[in-house]
Amino acid sequence: SSSSGDEALRDKRARILSRGLPKQKPIEGVKQVVVVASGKGGVGKSTTAVNLALALAANDLTKEVGLLDADIYGPSIPKMMNLKGNPELTSKNLMRPLKNYGIACMSMGFLIEETAPVVWRGLMVMSAVEKLLRQVDWGQLDYLVIDMPPGTGDVQLSISQNIPLAGAVIVSTPQDVALLDAHKGAEMFRKVHVPVLGLVQNMSVFQCPKCKHETHIFGADGVRDLAKTLGLDILGDIPLHVNIRETCDSGQPVVISQPQSDAAKAYLKIAMEIVRRLPVAPA
Amino acid sequence: LAERSNLAGVQHIVLVLSGKGGVGKSSISTELALALRHAGKRVGILDVDLCGPSIPRMLRVQDSSVHQCDSGWVPVLVGQDKAIALMSIGFLLERPDDAVVWRGPKKNALIKQFITDVAWGDLDFLIVDTPPGTSDEHISTVEALRSHQLLGAILVTTPQ
Repeated sequence: SSSSGDEALRDKRARILSRGLPKQKPIEGVKQVVVVASGKGGVGKSTTAVNLALALAANDLTKEVGLLDADIYGPSIPKMMNLKGNPELTSKNLMRPLKNYGIACMSMGFLIEETAPVVWRGLMVMSAVEKLLRQVDWGQLDYLVIDMPPGTGDVQLSISQNIPLAGAVIVSTPQDVALLDAHKGAEMFRKVHVPVLGLVQNMSVFQCPKCKHETHIFGADGVRDLAKTLGLDILGDIPLHVNIRETCDSGQPVVISQPQSDAAKAYLKIAMEIVRRLPVAPA
Repeated sequence: LAERSNLAGVQHIVLVLSGKGGVGKSSISTELALALRHAGKRVGILDVDLCGPSIPRMLRVQDSSVHQCDSGWVPVLVGQDKAIALMSIGFLLERPDDAVVWRGPKKNALIKQFITDVAWGDLDFLIVDTPPGTSDEHISTVEALRSHQLLGAILVTTPQ
């Protein structure tokens, strides 16, 4: 009877400590949520998130995929997915996601003018992210890919604390200062108990279109070393190719517009690796 | 006797902004500071990128720590002649790769301290390197510098 008393005490202590932390509630209709993060800005999170969402759908045509742009300050997804316009409201007052290439998308970019800055403090940003997550009629999704903003602050914390995340993918270039931030990003997910599925080494090498000479602009193998330090896997390697950037800037991501290219194949492979590492989806 | 504000000796404050991440704000801030120093100016750098402080590593002082004096924190002296004053959250972390996972109010408090409690001394230029976005760090920095009249900003971008 004393051991059940100890257990009761432990439970009570755990309940008291967790008071004040927001309760995690899954998004209605969404089976698994994968976040694409980095810590550092400009390493290719949005480009990767967009191509991964398309790759997840391409690898398995029975799966429904959604894409949420959580970068309130610099939403890139409308441009990359060639989507524009204000979302309609359903009869239940939920926003209908805009769809292209079969992917349901939501972004701050649909709610404001393209050039309007969002100069908000953390608290307002959190409320906007909450709306973009829950006041959207996502329908039935197998995967929701979330493109995170750079940094390790309010948005990352809110998303990790408010919804159960199936896993996080960390994107980095091999550059030292990028790896430093990627390490912080990985540690942040560890602190909030989100499983890191692995690292993506982006912009790994540049091949001259004329003479085919290869240059490691951001350094070589930095991500590999970081993966070893953190005990994580490298999900894949993406080279610095003009056509990856060009296709995204023109709203026709490479996985859709050039599915036979090396770049597209790299994304398709990474998507496969992600699915392999996800826990079995709830029924 | 009113205390002399720590910014009283700073002539020009220049913010380096971008909106987009990864375009080279920290690189440009560092090179700009070094170039101004080369031209004989007294320069300081304030790194308010709390989540991703890159400047200590760029100047190879990531293992330095800061000390206190009567007027506040003493910035780390960097550059070839150790004459550029640098303050960054990087110096306050136990290890350079510790993550700073803070919400807005805590970030605001530290930024205010960086601006009012660092003993900058007499500077011609104070370069302020910011994180990507237009958020807490930017709002707090500009608010805390409101009383300082000489303020300008540089926008960094790539052609993408």
